[in-house]
Amino acid sequence: MSAVTKVTNEAQAGPYDVERLRAEFPILSRSVHGKPLVYLDNANTTQKPRVVIDAIRRYYEQENANIHRGTHWLSEKATEAYEGGRAKVARFLGAASPKEIVFTRGTTEAINLVASGFAGDFLEAGDEVLITGLEHHSNIVPWQLACERTGAKLVVVPITDEGEVPVEEFEKRLTPRTKIAAVSHVSNALGTVNPVKTFIALAHARNVPVLVDGAQAAPHIPIDVVKLGCDFYAISGHKMYGPTGIGALYGTEEWLERLPPYQGGGDMISSVTFEKTTYNVLPWKFEAGTANIAGGIGFGVAADWLSGVGLAAVAAHEHDLLVHGTKRLSAIPGLTIVGRAKEKAAVISFVLENVHPHDIGTILDREGIAIRTGHHCAQPVMDRFGLPATARASFGLYNTRAEVDALEAAIEKVREVFG
Amino acid sequence: MTDLRDLYQEVILDHNKSPHNFREMPDATRLALGNNPLCGDKLKLYVKIEGERIADVAFQGSGCAISKASASIMTDAVKGKSLAEAEALYGKFHDLLTGPPDVKADGAGLGKLAVFSGVREFPVRVKCATLAWHTLESALKNSHEVVKTE
Repeated sequence: MSAVTKVTNEAQAGPYDVERLRAEFPILSRSVHGKPLVYLDNANTTQKPRVVIDAIRRYYEQENANIHRGTHWLSEKATEAYEGGRAKVARFLGAASPKEIVFTRGTTEAINLVASGFAGDFLEAGDEVLITGLEHHSNIVPWQLACERTGAKLVVVPITDEGEVPVEEFEKRLTPRTKIAAVSHVSNALGTVNPVKTFIALAHARNVPVLVDGAQAAPHIPIDVVKLGCDFYAISGHKMYGPTGIGALYGTEEWLERLPPYQGGGDMISSVTFEKTTYNVLPWKFEAGTANIAGGIGFGVAADWLSGVGLAAVAAHEHDLLVHGTKRLSAIPGLTIVGRAKEKAAVISFVLENVHPHDIGTILDREGIAIRTGHHCAQPVMDRFGLPATARASFGLYNTRAEVDALEAAIEKVREVFG
Repeated sequence: MTDLRDLYQEVILDHNKSPHNFREMPDATRLALGNNPLCGDKLKLYVKIEGERIADVAFQGSGCAISKASASIMTDAVKGKSLAEAEALYGKFHDLLTGPPDVKADGAGLGKLAVFSGVREFPVRVKCATLAWHTLESALKNSHEVVKTE
């Protein structure tokens, strides 16, 4: 038993044991439409290991109370567990201090917090906000709103046919009017890994701060925000084997001090009179209202668990699935893989001749295989390739080569139905 | 495979491959756009109304097999019908799609539209089959909004 439950923060010793990892996810043993579940929708959301589910249950069964304001024992326990979650997330990202971690509902809210703060205090008419053509709607729309409010301009770095953002195209669009650059670390629609460290160095050379949307990177590659040098890094718990409704914004202490509060309410203040309110210190200045306490606790446990498995090992395992999957799917007649970046996370977006992705999704579902079909909340990426939608298989740390083979067989079935 | 064949019946696959009335209509009196953002289905529906009758109807666009076949078969079904008849047909078709999955669908009076009876076993696909009809409804009301089925 101890061999199974012993998870440390060091990279796992010995070969990557995918079966042992699978056994930690209760949902992976269920069947769908009478077939074993093959879950290949990890870029959408990941499944949860038992330690995360147990931590949430334990909180509600043993420690539930409101945080930061009780004098009683339970409140103290709940506060400890929630702030412990924040410390774990800080460690996961390599942040200097937990006060640089703001809990949010997810990556989307984290980006909105920064965009709204910039619109309030830092953007003026004629300024520019730089994003890339790979972005998820959550790293487009908040900036469009900020630009609408201020008269700033949204500038987009175009992507290549491979689905890459060329460094020189990024550099070219950094101007004296650029006030912030917001770039995804890994593209959700295509899997492209952006050279964010280079982007950050180029932007900083011109005093432009950088926000990195790390929603798709955090579950797949080791992250160190200090080494990256980014000013902001946004992540979602549910894409990292943690609960939904919780995420985090990392911000350097300097930037978080400069940004205005995002929402007003309880917990984000230190004193309130009708004449004047003083805001709370970091990070609570940005956390109005009763927090998602169970979420923060579960998120911390998930981050620790993921570090225990070891991100380097996870990246290697998923890369093997990507290589295997790319090879097998490329061999299917009429199938085209969209997005062929040199640096790519384990995402395979594809289209099949004469079959709409939605029909692929339905037929795969009947085989027990869960994938996503549609525009993946990245309509500009779809438009770039002239596609209304793609089918997307995205792999997680518990997927196997056998599941890739099941995907291939099911796509053959799609071709059979559509003759 | 059996339930998949209930959904993807030969007639549906044929209409998907070679849709009827799949063309532009320069002299249309009504035009409506249908959009299913979740799937990326986009439909442009042209209707020519003469008096109280649908004299001609055609569509263009891209979408999944269910939405495309549904649009194709719908155009065949409502062409020549009165507005009231088309409305009644939509009511019947809607009942066919949304009835309880364990009850065998009664396709009486629906003609070729009855091939969509398998859709009720795939609730997420109902909106694919109804997109064309929602769009038709909007065209007949002559509202200019883009129809969304989400």
